[in-house]
Amino acid sequence: MPKNIYEKIWEAHLVYVPEDQDPIIYIDRHYVHEVTSPQAFEGLRLAGRKVRRPDLTFATMDHNIPTTNRDKPIADPMSALQVETLKSNCKEFGIQCFDMHDPRNGIVHVVGPELGLTQPGMTIVCGDSHTSTHGAFGSLAFGIGTSEVEHVLATQTLLQRKSKTMQIHIEGELPIGVTAKDLIMHIIGKIGTDGGTGYVIEYTGDVVKKLSMEARMTLCNMTIEAGARAGLISPDEVTVKYLLGRAYIPKHIPEEELIQLWLSWASDPNCSYDKTININAVEVEPQVTWGTSPEMVSPISGRVPVLNEIQDTNRRNAVEKALKYMGLEEGIPIESIEVDKIFIGSCTNGRIEDLRDAARVVKGYKVSKKIKQAIIVPGSMLVKEQAEQEGLHTIFLEAGFEWREPGCSMCLAMNEDRLNPGERCASTSNRNFEGRQGKGGRTHLVNPAMAAGCAIMGHFIDIRKWKFND
Amino acid sequence: MEKFTVLKGIVAPLDARNVDTDQIVPKQFLKRIQRTGYEDVLFYDWRYLDDGKTPNPKFEMNSERYQGATILLTRDNFGCGSSREHAPWALKDYGFRCILAISFADIFYNNCFNNGILPITLSADIIEQLFGEVRAKENYMLEIDLVNQSITKENGEKIHFDIHSFLKERLINGWDQIGLTLRYEELITNFEKQHPLKL
Repeated sequence: MPKNIYEKIWEAHLVYVPEDQDPIIYIDRHYVHEVTSPQAFEGLRLAGRKVRRPDLTFATMDHNIPTTNRDKPIADPMSALQVETLKSNCKEFGIQCFDMHDPRNGIVHVVGPELGLTQPGMTIVCGDSHTSTHGAFGSLAFGIGTSEVEHVLATQTLLQRKSKTMQIHIEGELPIGVTAKDLIMHIIGKIGTDGGTGYVIEYTGDVVKKLSMEARMTLCNMTIEAGARAGLISPDEVTVKYLLGRAYIPKHIPEEELIQLWLSWASDPNCSYDKTININAVEVEPQVTWGTSPEMVSPISGRVPVLNEIQDTNRRNAVEKALKYMGLEEGIPIESIEVDKIFIGSCTNGRIEDLRDAARVVKGYKVSKKIKQAIIVPGSMLVKEQAEQEGLHTIFLEAGFEWREPGCSMCLAMNEDRLNPGERCASTSNRNFEGRQGKGGRTHLVNPAMAAGCAIMGHFIDIRKWKFND
Repeated sequence: MEKFTVLKGIVAPLDARNVDTDQIVPKQFLKRIQRTGYEDVLFYDWRYLDDGKTPNPKFEMNSERYQGATILLTRDNFGCGSSREHAPWALKDYGFRCILAISFADIFYNNCFNNGILPITLSADIIEQLFGEVRAKENYMLEIDLVNQSITKENGEKIHFDIHSFLKERLINGWDQIGLTLRYEELITNFEKQHPLKL
C-alpha cells in the first residue's frame, strides 16, 4: 500500500508499542537551547541519570543572547546565568555546544539545517515549537516541553500518539513579490490557528517543488501557527543539492547510497491523507497581520475588519479586543498603517535569501525619518558571514539599518531588543501575540521585502509595485 | 509526579480564545532556571496594572470570588504558540489542577500531563453554559472525577468527558515517564543497532 512520508518515518522509528501506554519512538536529533533545557538537566542530575546519546544531541544559544557587544559580558545577570548554565550542562554531559562565540552559533532552526545536521527521514525534536522548520527536509520535526526534553536526553526516545495527516496541495504559480511567508500566512488565515490541531501537514504540489530550501523552511516553520505540530515536505533534488557537502552529512555512507536513502522517504504516488486542502497560489498576495493572532491577517490590498460585519459573537469580541490592543480603527486600508520599528530576522525569515530579498528593496533608498529603529538580525554566524561577503550589510548600513549579531532577538524580545509600549513594528517573525515583542508592543507580521519597503516608506506598501534600483 | 484522581474546587473564568503561552507566562520570566516559583507571574500582563504589582481590577480572575480556584474555564485553542513548559508550571504553581476548554494546542496539552494537570475538552455549548453558571453564582464549584471521567455540578448534574486511556492512567498513577520508558532500555539498544539511518 502506498504510504505518505509521515507514515514512513513513523513506522521506521517505532521502538516499541507497549500495551499500556503510547508508542515509543526513536529520536535521531535532539537540539537544545538555553531557555527550555536547564530544568531538564537538573532533573537528570537529581535522578542520577546520564544523557543516552550525547552524539545525537546538539546545543546552541539563541533566545537570550545579546545581538550587540558580544565581546562584553551579558549585562542581565539572569540571562548570563542561563547561558552559563547551558555551557556547563553541555560540558558535564558531553554535548556539542555552539556557544555565543562559536563561528557556527545562531538560531537553532537555522544552524541545524545549514550544518547538515537535519536530514531527510530523521525524527527531530527541540524544546521549541518552531522545530517544525526542519520538516522542510522531509524530517519529522516538532517542539516538545521541558519534561519531554529530559525524557529524550535520558532515553533518546519519546512517547507519541500517531497524528492524523493533512495534505495541503498548492498548485498554480506564486505571483512575483509573493513569498513562502505570504503563502503560509494565507493558509493560516484560511484554516485558522487551530486548523491543523491533531495533524501533521505535508505540503505538496508544483509550487512547493519549485520553492528553495530556505522558502520551504519558512513554510514549515509557521506550520505550528496553524496548530499542526509538524510540517513536512517530501525530499527531492532540491533537498539533496542543498545538503550535499555540508559539515555533518555522514561520511561513512557512499554518496549515491545516501541520496537514494534520502529520496526513499518521499511520499509514494497515490498515497492517502486524512484530509486534503487545495490552495491556488495565484490568489495569494503579500500578507500583513493586523491583529494579535497569526490568523488575523489580510492581503496588502485589504482593510482592517469592520466589527459589525462579523456574525459570530466570540469571534467579534476577539477582533474588537485585538483592534483595541493594536490601536487600529475599523476598516482602514492596510497600506495606511504607519510603523515605528522594523525587525528583519528570526527562524522564520533570518536566512540568506531573506536578507537578499530585503537588501534588493533597500538598495539606493534610505530608511524613513518616521522610523525610530530598523534592525537586521541574521539567523546565524554563517548567514551573517555570507551576507557580508555579498556586501548586503553595506546596503543596509548605508540606508540606516542596524546590522546585528545573530540570535532570536526581537522575535520574542527576551534580550534587550524589544518594543516599548504602544510601538508598532513591521516584523518578519512568526507571532503577533500581545506583548510578544515587548509589553504593549504591536506586531505586524510580513515577509522580508515588505518589511524593508515599510522601513523606507514608514508605512506598509505593496511590494509588487516597488521600484527596484538594480 | 502528583497523582490526579478526584478534585473538587472553585472554577475561575478566562473568557478568551487562542490564549497563547506568551500570555500565560511572558518571556521575561523564562530566564529562571528553576521549575517552580511561577505563581506570581501567571497571566502577568493581564493580571497586573502597568506597575507589575497592583492587581488589575478589570481582569476577571482577580475578583475576590475566584480566589483559591483550582479549575480554569476557558475557550478554544488554549495554550497555543510557544512550547514553554513554564506555562503549565505557572498554572500549577497558582493552584490550577484542571482546565476546561473547547480545544487545546497540542504541545501544551502534552505538557499538562507531565505536570499533573488535567486538560478536559468539552463542547462549545457546555463551555458557554459553564461560563453562565460560574458568573451567576459565587463560589461556583465543580467536582472532577478522572477515574469515572465525570464532572459533577453542585446540583448533582453530571457531564461526561473523554480522555485517552493511557493519559488517564498516567495522571491517576502519577507515573515517572522516564522510569517507565527505561523498562524498555534493551529494546532501545536493539533498535539503535538496526537503525535505517545508520546513525
